[in-house]
Amino acid sequence: MYNPVPSAIKISSITKSFGKVKAVDDVSFDVRPGELFGLIGPDGAGKTTLFRILATLLLPDAGEATVLGFDAVKNYGEIRRRIGYMPGRFSLYQDLTVQENLEFFAAIFGTSIEKNYHLIQEIYDQLKPFKNRRAGALSGGMKQKLALSCALIHQPELLLLDEPTTGVDAVSRKEFWDMLDRIKALGISILVSTPYMDEASRCDRIALIQHGRILSLDTPDGLLRSYKKPLLAVRTASMYQLIQDLRGNEMTDTAFPFGEYLHLTTKGRVEEAAVTAFLRSKGHEKIEVRQAEATVEDCFMALMQ
Amino acid sequence: MKMEAIKANNLTKKFGAFTAVDTISFEVREGEVFGFLGANGAGKTTAMKMLTGLLSPTSGEGSVAGFDVYKEAEKIKRNIGYMSQKFALYDDLTVRENVRFFGGIYGLRRREVLDKTERLLEELELQSVEKQQVGSLPLGWKQRLAFSVALLHDPRIVFLDEPTGGVDPITRRQFWEMIYKAAAQGVTVFVTTHYMDEAEYCDRVSIMVNGKIEALDTPGALKQQFGAGSMDEVFLKLARG
Repeated sequence: MYNPVPSAIKISSITKSFGKVKAVDDVSFDVRPGELFGLIGPDGAGKTTLFRILATLLLPDAGEATVLGFDAVKNYGEIRRRIGYMPGRFSLYQDLTVQENLEFFAAIFGTSIEKNYHLIQEIYDQLKPFKNRRAGALSGGMKQKLALSCALIHQPELLLLDEPTTGVDAVSRKEFWDMLDRIKALGISILVSTPYMDEASRCDRIALIQHGRILSLDTPDGLLRSYKKPLLAVRTASMYQLIQDLRGNEMTDTAFPFGEYLHLTTKGRVEEAAVTAFLRSKGHEKIEVRQAEATVEDCFMALMQ
Repeated sequence: MKMEAIKANNLTKKFGAFTAVDTISFEVREGEVFGFLGANGAGKTTAMKMLTGLLSPTSGEGSVAGFDVYKEAEKIKRNIGYMSQKFALYDDLTVRENVRFFGGIYGLRRREVLDKTERLLEELELQSVEKQQVGSLPLGWKQRLAFSVALLHDPRIVFLDEPTGGVDPITRRQFWEMIYKAAAQGVTVFVTTHYMDEAEYCDRVSIMVNGKIEALDTPGALKQQFGAGSMDEVFLKLARG
């Protein structure tokens, strides 16, 4: 039976260095039971190190972590039986077939595909046409589905997914997040990492991480609401000239391209008309200036500074 | 007068019975930032190989920087820059050695390589790490260095194959600013990416589905055409039919 614990994951002041590099620097957070928790940050932020500590594959230098109520150092055996871990690099046996990989993972956890088929059915149905193909010959999206199936086959209480959507196309990415919603609905807690900020909205709560430190921990909405800077979206016929001109202006705090628009933060409130007038004086054409709503990337950038 | 940097007319590549690229036609203007999108297996890589002189088409016509994709593949290779996330620089060479190596590959004179190296190190503010192995640099620095190296021989067109994954939002924008700067100087930038928010940075984008180009326009026009709020939505609508 599922034994409720106060936290699926509890991390207190975890620190881990490799030589001179502090990969994880005094990090603390909790993941609640049944929660879909996102760890969001770029390469080198410390995400994988944290996952390896939680998966009991790496010892922290300092601090404590409990996973499903068990100490990550002392009770690693208990943890390993109860979690499903999908590392960032494809970690299945490339020269075994799809079917063989799944059988192998079921066997080492002392279960069978039949027994837990309901957990993976939806994902595995898409893989079935390829079940005799070697895992190494699958496409990126298919590899990811197989890896998720293998991490789920022993009915874990917690899934640790380290950058499952990196290098995968937009369609497969969306399908993957839809699958996570359904896994969550089964009561399985999920910690997932990603460098892609647009995936934040799919999580219950998110921690933004950079240089081994947590920059913010909140719900996606809470994070966006916490953004307090005056923010304008600006666009003209020449993005490159626009960046240069705005950076050269006194009122500008930051000016960064944001897709078709540029996001401008200013020192104090500035009227849209003032920005338009300035750009006109610089010879810009097709000027558009409007209030903008902050995105997760805006928040991340503000917190980095 | 602006000419077309890339022209493809019914360009097709078959592997046996499988048509990887199916009669694609498009033009990329000089100085344009052109996004080339598609799901895994849509045919992007095959199309890109034909445009970079690595693969001869089965049928159709194409020219890159004014050179024919069948007869002048070697000239194409000499006149384009190329950078990919997977391979761009040698991790176990230093910053300076990488620049010298690629300068040599593209046939630049020793003096020219030296001058360009100094300018490049200064522009990227990499002087303090010039003797470090590239493998030890942060990903964002590597990406910017790789982009500069791809432009070392002053190509008129540069191909970027998924160039900016995994970096923080500021570093990613610094990279796009380098792209805009190159484009402002007349360099044509042809970029592939899986990430649809990146597509929004391009002047125009094409979307490939099952070997065909199913949409081609500015990001704004595509969003309007598909009644979508983002390029991600446009892509999902197209790729799912």
